[in-house]
Amino acid sequence: MSAADGTSAQERKDKLEGLGCKRKRVEDARFTQGKGHYIDDMKLPGMVFGDFVRSPYGHARIKKIDKSTALALPGVKAVLTADDLKPLNLHYMPTLAGDVQAVLAVDKVLFQNQEVAFVVATDRYVAADAVELIEVEYEELPANTDPLKAMAPDAPLLREDLKDKKEGAHGARRHHNHIFTWEVGDRAAADRALGGAEVVAKEFISYQRVHPCPLETCGCVASMDKINTHLTVWGTFQAPHAVRTVASLISGIPEHKIRIISPDIGGGFGNKVGVYPGYICSIVASIVLGVPVKWIEDRIENLTATAFARDYHMTGEIAATKDGRITGLKCHVIADHGAFDACADPTKFPAGFFNICTGSYDIPAAHLTVDGVYTNKAPGGVAYRCSFRVTEASYFIERMMDVLARKLNMDPAEVRRKNFIKKEQFPYKSALGWEYDSGDYLTAMDKALAAVNYKALREEQKANREAFKRGETRSLMGVGVAFFTEIVGAGPIKNCDILGLGMFDSCEIRIHPTGSAIARLGTISQGQGHATTFAQILASEIGIPASEITVEEGDTDTAPYGLGTYGSRSTPVAGAATAMAGRKIRAKAQMIAAYLLEVHESDLEWDVDRFVVKGAPERAKTMKEIAFAAYNKVPPGMEPGLEAVSYYDPPNMTYPFGAYICVVDIDVDTGVTSIRRFYALDDCGTRINPMIIEGQVHGGLTEALAIAMGQEIAYDELGNVTGSSFLDYFLPTAVETPVWETDYTVTPSPHHPIGAKGVGESPNVGGVSAFSNAVNDAFAHLGLTHTQMPHDHWRVWKTAEKLGLVK
Amino acid sequence: MAKLHVTMTVNGAEVEALAEPRTLLIHFLRENLALTGPHVGCDTSHCGACTVDLNGKSVKSCTVFVAQAIGGTVKTIEGIANADGSLHVLQEMFREHHGLQCGFCTPGMITRAYRLLQETPNPTEAEIRAGIAGNLCRCTGYQNIVKAIRAAADQLSSKKEAAE
Repeated sequence: MSAADGTSAQERKDKLEGLGCKRKRVEDARFTQGKGHYIDDMKLPGMVFGDFVRSPYGHARIKKIDKSTALALPGVKAVLTADDLKPLNLHYMPTLAGDVQAVLAVDKVLFQNQEVAFVVATDRYVAADAVELIEVEYEELPANTDPLKAMAPDAPLLREDLKDKKEGAHGARRHHNHIFTWEVGDRAAADRALGGAEVVAKEFISYQRVHPCPLETCGCVASMDKINTHLTVWGTFQAPHAVRTVASLISGIPEHKIRIISPDIGGGFGNKVGVYPGYICSIVASIVLGVPVKWIEDRIENLTATAFARDYHMTGEIAATKDGRITGLKCHVIADHGAFDACADPTKFPAGFFNICTGSYDIPAAHLTVDGVYTNKAPGGVAYRCSFRVTEASYFIERMMDVLARKLNMDPAEVRRKNFIKKEQFPYKSALGWEYDSGDYLTAMDKALAAVNYKALREEQKANREAFKRGETRSLMGVGVAFFTEIVGAGPIKNCDILGLGMFDSCEIRIHPTGSAIARLGTISQGQGHATTFAQILASEIGIPASEITVEEGDTDTAPYGLGTYGSRSTPVAGAATAMAGRKIRAKAQMIAAYLLEVHESDLEWDVDRFVVKGAPERAKTMKEIAFAAYNKVPPGMEPGLEAVSYYDPPNMTYPFGAYICVVDIDVDTGVTSIRRFYALDDCGTRINPMIIEGQVHGGLTEALAIAMGQEIAYDELGNVTGSSFLDYFLPTAVETPVWETDYTVTPSPHHPIGAKGVGESPNVGGVSAFSNAVNDAFAHLGLTHTQMPHDHWRVWKTAEKLGLVK
Repeated sequence: MAKLHVTMTVNGAEVEALAEPRTLLIHFLRENLALTGPHVGCDTSHCGACTVDLNGKSVKSCTVFVAQAIGGTVKTIEGIANADGSLHVLQEMFREHHGLQCGFCTPGMITRAYRLLQETPNPTEAEIRAGIAGNLCRCTGYQNIVKAIRAAADQLSSKKEAAE
């Protein structure tokens, strides 16, 4: 409706830059001018630098550590070892998974590059010199880096500290390298389905160890103010409040005396969720020395010591009728957690949400077991741009669907279409226990198939295969079809917590007298553009332009408690809190407006940025007018001010989904795989900022490309990491990265206040399967059912060679 | 360790300082001169987050000793804006086309693009992609960066035409 000032509702809406607006990012002004403020940019008076002495061995006993030469070097302030931390009971720290992790190696080292000693010196060069001067005497022990051999009777004992522990955090341990067994679903029903099936397809599918590898490594500056006994830690924290609570529990410093601040973060992708020895050592060193201590990882340290992802080894069996209707699914996983179980999952989910592995399909019976094991590899197990273990689950089912399609001699798209959960089945309860909120899979899939002209692609592929057979080409064409359902926005407190902290999130809003505002959240952006998009949610809720709303995150002294940003939880949880807090503001504003207009509240209706009297649009109070009145003219008995806070406990997860199609051309003589085309359709529910969504999809697909086509943190039998810098670890450049085609459908989440589902991780979850399916598809007519990732040139060439294609 | 007497021109200003001979240019810029725009991302000259302009060429300042830059002319992201203080068209186009997310690679990426457009004022998409292949980005998938650089090239050439 037109307002009294003559502006149309649409004009006023546009001015708000609210939901659906391709609003330019407010973060960009500082980043494009080199004025971002990242952790290594911090400089405090008297600040000193920490650096680690790390283990050269995968498994060895520490016989002796001699720090005297290092301590004699001018500029060296301290050298810490486990013996120094023991009296403080800080030689081990609790992990998020209910295990403990050595802060500095206790008696032995369990993985290459494990932290052995922490050197503190006046500058980073002196610290590096001192690291070289510390002499550690080791006695090498037999190592095991193969998760499939971890529970062999004669496998070396890794965790001497747990030797006699028969019970772990997640039930009984049946071997000295066994961490947990997690079982979900109905074994008998799944066995029945498989036993009586017309067709059974079985496959062993490995998802290699990779690393999230944000461009900025991890780091911190710890500063103990000894006069006020107040500890401040700035650092690369994806969950600053959780870090504060953990720091308090570990150190005994009361929580109100600890302040955790996440400055600008140069990408996270899961790498910056955990608490690392570097943080603890910096805090201890600052307490001991009374000066600020900075610790910044170098790239090799980052890739080899903090938070790997995946390393899941999955055996699947899928049962179906002859015409392709799936009747049952079984899955067993060996999960390699490395030397300590520092996996970042909600407490009750030792394998994360891997039980989303029935995917987008209506599978009546399913059973899953996951065995977590210790190996001589770095600890971690974080969700690298995905919700907890969802990329693994999605890869598993999407490869199994293709394996089944081959067995049935059916088209992979057709097998999927036949088994989709139907639109009318939502909310849908899966056989492994999840309640999917909403979806329209068939519409999305058919839109994708039409967009790429799938039928023509298959015809072209048929012609290509015939030409290859005739010797007219040495290139094989592959078409990868993948459909995914994510499970994000952890999560409902009833089943999701981390260290006992329910996984709600929060937003606190203050409206200033002149009608601008500040919103503070418990999350923290690492490039997602929260300062831009959360202001948009709020603009639509309270009628204040996004440009007049400051969004602040990452300082535990000012932000309300929240569980942080990972697992695509910011929009589903903190975004919901933002909308709910906005609604509280609006409810109070309505009472003030009614008082000012001398009408009953129920006589008012909301109109973009104001309350108007029903039937008399010339009588209105804008949010700006109401904001000022909140500070001088509230109804009798009402508190002045206009503020609200919301702690949002989501009733359910959200379930974004999408259909991806990838076309590749493989040169069989070199293994070089060219990505000819990649089409991605995403449904993330209500779209807050289409520009940012598209950017997230581009980035997630590029990370999926990296994982599927080259990334691997590999170990040799002795425990050496065989590639630990960007020489070996594949990060695609602009040259290898194709042009991405993006598309969407919109199926709002029925339980989210604005219907949004989250998007940042979907492209990684769906993308990996699409690439891998395309590579496998190129060779499918030659009898190949599955080949393991990463599909780098050498491995692809080996596949061609094994199939007898290489001349 | 005896210190070197270092002089150079950085972003148009003469600078003078003492530094250990082993000091890397990136650390000299960031720690001695407080120019924290360029970043360290990999230490092995792969990622390009530390890219600066040295004597009219893009260099990765994490693998250049400060000694190698003595007497040289350096431009960092802090010196990219126009003389009147307005943003360089590349800075504007990166924002306009959503060519950045976490912002960590951005200073190196823009500094590299600045030099690329001097070397090749009217680059094709393939030339842009090859031209920034030494700069890694983990967030954007490059598509919008390429768009931003192409748009900047268009604007620069139309400005040039207008001036002629």
